[in-house]
Amino acid sequence: MSKNQRTQEHFVAPVDSAGLPETDAVQDGREPLSMWGEAWRNLRRRPLFIISALLILLIVAVAAFPQLFTHTPADGACYLADSNAGPAPGHPLGFTLQGCDVYARLIYGTRASLLVGVITTVCVVVLGGSLGALAGYYGGWLDAVIARLGDIFFALPLILGAIIVMQLPMFRENRNIWTVVLTLVVFGWPQIARITRGAVISVRNADFVVASRALGVSKFQALVKHVLPNALAPVIVTATISLGTFIVAEATLSFLGIGLPPDIMSWGNDISAAQTSLRANPAALLWPAGALSVTVLSFIMLGDAVRDALDPKARKL
Amino acid sequence: MRLQRVSKVVSVAVVAALALGACGGGSNNADSAATSTSITANGTEPQNPLLPANTNEVGGGRIMDLLFEGLLSYDADGKTVNEIAESIETTDSQNYTITLKDGKTFTNGEPVTASSFVDAWNFGAAAKNAQLNSYFFESIKGYDEVSAEGATTETMSGLNVVDEKTFTVELSQPESDWPLRLGYTAFYPLPAEAFEDPAAFGENPVGNGPYMLAGDNAWQHEVQIDLVANPDYTGTRVPQNDGVTFKFYSSYDAAYADLQADNLDVLDQMPAAAQKTFKSDLGEGRYSEKPTAQNQTITIPQYLEEFSGEAGALRRQAISMAVNREEITDVIFSGARQPANDFTSPVIEGFNAELPGSEVLAYNPERAKELWDQAEAISPWPEGKAFTIGYNADGDHKEWVDAVCNSLKNNLGVDAQGKAYSTFKELRSDATAKTLSGAIRTGWQADYPSLYNFLGPLYATGAGSNDGDYTSQTFDDLLAAGLSAATAEEGAAIFNQAQEVLLKDLPVIPLWYQVSQTGWSNNVTDVETGWNGVPVYYNIARK
Amino acid sequence: MTRYIARRVLQMIPVFFGATLLVYFLVFSLPGDPIAALFGDRPVNEVVAAQLREQYNLDQPFIVQYLLYLKNLLTFNLGNDFSGRPVAEVLGQIFPVTMRLAVLALLFEAVFGIVFGLIAGLKKGRIFDATVLFVSLVVIAIPVFVLGFLLQFIIGVKLGWASPTVGASAGWSDLILPAVVLGLASFAYVLRLTRTSVIENMNADYVRTATAKGLSRGRVVTVHILRNSLIPVITFLGADLGALMGGAIVTEGIFNVPGVGQKLYQAVIRGEGPTIVSIVSVLVLVYVVANLLVDLLYAWLDPRIRYE
Repeated sequence: MSKNQRTQEHFVAPVDSAGLPETDAVQDGREPLSMWGEAWRNLRRRPLFIISALLILLIVAVAAFPQLFTHTPADGACYLADSNAGPAPGHPLGFTLQGCDVYARLIYGTRASLLVGVITTVCVVVLGGSLGALAGYYGGWLDAVIARLGDIFFALPLILGAIIVMQLPMFRENRNIWTVVLTLVVFGWPQIARITRGAVISVRNADFVVASRALGVSKFQALVKHVLPNALAPVIVTATISLGTFIVAEATLSFLGIGLPPDIMSWGNDISAAQTSLRANPAALLWPAGALSVTVLSFIMLGDAVRDALDPKARKL
Repeated sequence: MRLQRVSKVVSVAVVAALALGACGGGSNNADSAATSTSITANGTEPQNPLLPANTNEVGGGRIMDLLFEGLLSYDADGKTVNEIAESIETTDSQNYTITLKDGKTFTNGEPVTASSFVDAWNFGAAAKNAQLNSYFFESIKGYDEVSAEGATTETMSGLNVVDEKTFTVELSQPESDWPLRLGYTAFYPLPAEAFEDPAAFGENPVGNGPYMLAGDNAWQHEVQIDLVANPDYTGTRVPQNDGVTFKFYSSYDAAYADLQADNLDVLDQMPAAAQKTFKSDLGEGRYSEKPTAQNQTITIPQYLEEFSGEAGALRRQAISMAVNREEITDVIFSGARQPANDFTSPVIEGFNAELPGSEVLAYNPERAKELWDQAEAISPWPEGKAFTIGYNADGDHKEWVDAVCNSLKNNLGVDAQGKAYSTFKELRSDATAKTLSGAIRTGWQADYPSLYNFLGPLYATGAGSNDGDYTSQTFDDLLAAGLSAATAEEGAAIFNQAQEVLLKDLPVIPLWYQVSQTGWSNNVTDVETGWNGVPVYYNIARK
Repeated sequence: MTRYIARRVLQMIPVFFGATLLVYFLVFSLPGDPIAALFGDRPVNEVVAAQLREQYNLDQPFIVQYLLYLKNLLTFNLGNDFSGRPVAEVLGQIFPVTMRLAVLALLFEAVFGIVFGLIAGLKKGRIFDATVLFVSLVVIAIPVFVLGFLLQFIIGVKLGWASPTVGASAGWSDLILPAVVLGLASFAYVLRLTRTSVIENMNADYVRTATAKGLSRGRVVTVHILRNSLIPVITFLGADLGALMGGAIVTEGIFNVPGVGQKLYQAVIRGEGPTIVSIVSVLVLVYVVANLLVDLLYAWLDPRIRYE
């Protein structure tokens, strides 16, 4: 229906100022955008999207240029004399058990936490999403292999795998965020794969897919153009929540001695370190947990906005 | 062999089974606790079958110490008290004659004789039985023959039964503190049935101690073990309660929650998360603090380039003086540790807090920086290298390691970092293979109250737990002299001279001594903590 | 359909061998010597250690160890753990406890997640929707060791409504509090998944048709909207059952539940091959069966889904 409206616009366009070829050229340029392009036009008008995008921009800015947001240098000293002390001039959020500035650690911890959360989520969605989509769409032996492989990875204990990943030659003497990302991807993909698979299975026999196949669209094209866009919602929901759980999972890994090395500051490291003085100094835990919540919230809002924008049924209203 | 066929345990504890009827069974102990004066205490699942020479960790150790009685026991201050031993006599610290008291029996009625000890020790030492604590018998003459690979000899030539109540022990060299060891788990006697099927026995041990298992199913694996008072017990550790149930916890936090809710009567350690609050949580009269025979150290291996030679010696001193022990024990541990003045522990007989040279263990940041700079002048610290302190993440070490590293960073300007090993076995593998790239956390919990136990196994040349590869002829000579001293007192004086050597060389950096924090419920009274930090369970009474 | 199920059941065989082989390999690659660690800080007696290695086949190459494990398996002998207990006995003890815990947690997250998610979806953008969003943010951002500790402290210690830890029996009622803690993180997923699906389906043609036919609001919501919204939720719950069973390390630790998570963690820390492999094998079977049930539920929820 929207296509008709656009065509009508062209009919009332001034004939004398632009020739038909130019009109066609415009139309040609817009045709491939039909779904994603329209979603984008739809998206950028939504307040939910604008708020979440601004928040994410802010978080990214903190991650990229932490020194702009705090006067304390990255290697600022911690003195036990300040242990668990409350806010002081220049230290608005107080101090940790070790006497480090909570605010400065919050700012410097943004980069590692955001990177772990975002990169892991992207990798998991790309890997798990495509495997799950193929399994659900084609079924048969491909489904059997991928799904059963997922079952095996599901059942592997995270800690066992994490210890092994850490022993890989490239990480043995040089642990960094990629160690954590790799571990979390290896153990995170089956979940997204199953969610995508389930969503694809529920869409693959829908009328519009059958219709597009009848119109001669190839099987793979139908998957990419028609099935996937309609199966995205649960994937987006799971991915945005997982982003938060990955950041927290980094805390658990660090807690078990298989996460980030102590010289890389992260919210996860701080959350797990604050655990022992939870009752004596809850602020040391609440601030990084709060920063994590705001990050997850912005991605959840972004996910909701994207989903709404992609949903052709909702758009009609 | 030893570990197989455990499932087919044949019940042998006849007496214990009778006690089961009296006590109402092990499974519904909540009911029995209400009518009897049994107490509950925290514990962990024993990691090995309950055999004396195979129990080398605290979970099994505290159970064994109640089930069995040795020649000696240790009182709360670590003094030895004769139990089964009537006398232990020697004239040369090498040949001992041990006489036993009359009328001691195992709970199955079998009398405790000289053979009960000699057979148990031979069993523990023999290689074919693969007992984890076999090294405790290494001083006895003939140990080398029975412990060698594929050994066919099964008895140590140094052990000889004279009669029912007497046996002699010959050591391979004089050791003045040897009798002090005889209260340790490894030296307990065993009844004859233990040797017929050790695996089954380890599941259902029959002892001679103040307590015995409450029936066949007293040990519910991973859950709890129920002990009841032994009615025939005649030693000095007389139970003041009807029984002790050890509930197994995987974390101190869970046990602490139970303690607060009066679901647990005695907890032998406060979790890190409650360190700052437990005094107000429990209230006056429900906790106690007492130093115990356990210390914590940092080992800096001798084989590290930057810690060798003169510069290395200066760096060790600098590091030791740059750590503010007072502040860390106060802030991080809230008093659960006490700054160290030596390499042993203040509860040990012969301890001296003011050994010459112990200034190196006092906080002195200016002097530390001077020493560090002197070392830099001799050979500079490798560019870009961090000083790491390795620790196992499956224990509570991160907090203090981070605090020590911050101390070093602030005072010496060195890039100090904690290095987490995910498991204890990984840390130990690197340590025993001598492939450490930095320092590691170490510590020692005494097996028996003796200065030597803190020195010999750790710093003697080639000793089993000498992780840092320390070697000093002077130190080794002093150790040998201390061991052959005529009395334990004279020995202690010489061991303290040996410590002065260590204070100069600092093979490890002593940090602090463990202070046990014991808490108890509203239902019990008379809780005292032993020299080794384990509560004196038999003395606890129910209100 | 029967053929489909039969095929899926047959797939368990390669999955079982694949999983055990992979896990055995990972355990074999674990750093550190488990036998040396048995001696603790104490000196390792090499003769004793060599004997123990032989006893647990740890002196054999990897593939021999694996084949020996399989050989013993044929006689239903799963081997012994390092404390001498038969692994079969260990499994018989921990799985019933963990099964109860996981089922309770699954019920909790399913019931509350679906009901709250449904209401939030139907009343999108309203105060209820915002509230549950806030609640789910809290359970995502605060790690389970903190939430568990707080709930234990408040409900178990301060209010005394429940025992702070799970006792020897680990009965259903003892496990309610741990199950809630365990299910909290997944509750957030179920809630958001339900909410999103409901919003998608509210605008679907068949819902408008149903409303136009004059069906009651309740019937439209439960039969048409909810039923069609459940596929992603069911998928998640199916996969989560196994995760709840094997991954409850922290929750089981806080509440002292003698279950699979704790045992698995200890076994990994101690490097006990037979224990790890046996537990993981059971977990793999749980995943395979749960996912089969999920796939069958797909067909029941949505008649358009057919399996050849």
